Amino acid sequence: MSTTITFTIDGVDVQGEPGQTIMQAADAAGIYIPRLCAFEDLSPHGSCRVCTVMVNGRPQSACTQPISEGMTVENNTDEITEIRKDIIEMLFVEGNHYCMFCEKSGNCELQALAYRFGIAVPKFPYLWPERDVDASHPDILIDRNRCILCGRCVRASRDVDGKTIFEFVGRGPNKRVAVNAEANLKDTDAAVTDTAMDACPVGALLKKRVGYATPVGERRYDHNPIGSDIESKRTTTA
Amino acid sequence: MTTTATIGTKKITIDPVTRVEGHGRVTIHLDEENNVQQARMHIIEFRGFERFILGRPYWEVPVLVQRLCGICPVSHHLAAAKTMDRIVGGENLTPTAEKMRRLMHYGQFFQSHALHFFHLCSPDLLFGFDADPAIRNVIGVAKDERYADLAVQGVMMRKFGQEIIKATAGKKIHGTGAIPGGINKNLSIQERDMFLKDIDQMVEWSRQALNLAKNYTVEHLEDLASFGSFDSNHLSLVREDGAMDIYHGNLRAIDAQGEPIFDQVDYQDYTDYIAEEVRPWSYMKFPFIKSLGPEEGWYRVGPLARVNACDFIDTPEAEAARKEFMAVTEDKPNNITMAYHWARMIETLHAAEKIKELLNDPDLQGTDLVTKGERRHEAVGLVEAPRGTLFHHYQVDDNDQVTMANLIVSTTSNNVPMNRAVEKVAEEYISGKPEITEGLLNHIEVAIRAYDPCLSCATHAMGQMPLIVELHDACGNVVDKKTRD
Repeated sequence: MSTTITFTIDGVDVQGEPGQTIMQAADAAGIYIPRLCAFEDLSPHGSCRVCTVMVNGRPQSACTQPISEGMTVENNTDEITEIRKDIIEMLFVEGNHYCMFCEKSGNCELQALAYRFGIAVPKFPYLWPERDVDASHPDILIDRNRCILCGRCVRASRDVDGKTIFEFVGRGPNKRVAVNAEANLKDTDAAVTDTAMDACPVGALLKKRVGYATPVGERRYDHNPIGSDIESKRTTTA
Repeated sequence: MTTTATIGTKKITIDPVTRVEGHGRVTIHLDEENNVQQARMHIIEFRGFERFILGRPYWEVPVLVQRLCGICPVSHHLAAAKTMDRIVGGENLTPTAEKMRRLMHYGQFFQSHALHFFHLCSPDLLFGFDADPAIRNVIGVAKDERYADLAVQGVMMRKFGQEIIKATAGKKIHGTGAIPGGINKNLSIQERDMFLKDIDQMVEWSRQALNLAKNYTVEHLEDLASFGSFDSNHLSLVREDGAMDIYHGNLRAIDAQGEPIFDQVDYQDYTDYIAEEVRPWSYMKFPFIKSLGPEEGWYRVGPLARVNACDFIDTPEAEAARKEFMAVTEDKPNNITMAYHWARMIETLHAAEKIKELLNDPDLQGTDLVTKGERRHEAVGLVEAPRGTLFHHYQVDDNDQVTMANLIVSTTSNNVPMNRAVEKVAEEYISGKPEITEGLLNHIEVAIRAYDPCLSCATHAMGQMPLIVELHDACGNVVDKKTRD
């Protein structure tokens, strides 16, 4: 049995190992597939759909779809780019995202994706939902205005920290991240040192009193677009 | 903006728009002999910020609240940061933090004053109040071979100030440099050397601009002395030794003759000395000195008030210029509205001198950036913004969320004075005349512009002033209306 699987992404031969997802194999090959809910070693969630690719002509989430021999993956096409832009724009209008004063600005993956895709303003109408802020914990702040329901905090707390501090409640437009307590975050055993505190891609789950400590120019995406770290590993050209 | 004039009741309604730098509107009411009964400038300045920052974490406020303004956001950034310094008990900043903030602030003064003088006001002074609007703008200045160098200097001075802001705050507009208890970066040697290369030129151009403003004022003193002018109180921060200090100090108020109303007041106690009145015809509040009451207690802020109120300026060339300025009124406060321009250029030279002084200070390369101490739940932060004294006042709860905010912005303090200036000019140029002339429109704008208010009607905007002047008869009927949009 072969230990290498060969498939193509945008016509480029890519080799991966059995059990890898398209995203894992693409990352190793230096091909960036945009994503939000996928994060490091957390289990795939397949919920944000930003990593949507065409697999043999059908849309699939690259973070959950295993690779197979001879698979044809389309990643960087006009059609997929439009789908991804629409998804990103919907995430903006579904929440209350004020990048201009958000402390995550420059380090925010949602903002960085918007910059990468050249989104100046969403085409969809803003929903301006009423969301709450939970500042009860002495060291951690939850600003649900910015939550995109990626579930990274849920998985990190459950699977890495072993605490299950966060969980989704509600459905559809009422879906939100709740905390495992009768009232607020202060009533949980959440700690600022938890892995979950570093999992949020946006400014929804924050360590208190550290905002803006990194000057403009030294933030994660000030000079290089999101995904450039992966693309810098690429050795094969189309 | 929508406007309605109700015939017969003289009532004008202006719907608010949620932006700070809005349009200006002047209304003039006449009696049956066409004498001016009332002239008012309306500013659509709806300050929703005081409401929608409630619930936000305190460290966000210095970045959030500066979105009030795109011209001098550093003022709001620093006033809020100074308040939050006290909230975290970090008001005794490290030398690096305080000097970086001061450099940011002087850079802002330099660019903001240069913007106003060269881009907005110089066309009035160079071409005359009645000049054709088609040339009475900064492009007209640039295209006139007599003044082309001046226009370039204005642009370069503004650029220099903006680069200072970028080096200290991270961005030219709406940076993040000042954080509660300090600053998030120092000034690199490379940045310092870049500014040192140009600073002597900036000082020289500031001298020339000061001379232009001074000579214009002195040459036209007879006309300007009465132009939109009136006696008033003056308010500003001063240092403990009485020196001008735009970043930090205590409150001093003087009357029109220079007599102290209060002095060296810790601004944490400002509510004991300053109150705000609400009037039904304006969305702006009317601040006044409590001991004098709302009728007599209004005051002017900004360059004129600062130069009048301070005992001295701690840089040599600006101090010499201040003495020359004060000599015109025999060391009494100067109450000439158009003298704002002269005072503004004294401050511009002062800012340039201060920037040079700071650039040569090795503390700017220090690495001790943040300090903190005993947590507080309420604090006040003041700075002298380019347009005048700026008050920020916040309460913060145990969860770090803002529960109360009150801001008194400089244009608000100058609300009554600007209305007085409009009234004076209207009386001089319209009383007894049935028609609004182009000259009236221009002269009213010139009087307003002297205050450098933070609203878009203070701009020339390539000859397109969003200013409306209405003439009402005694029955409230609009008999004439001139709009420039």
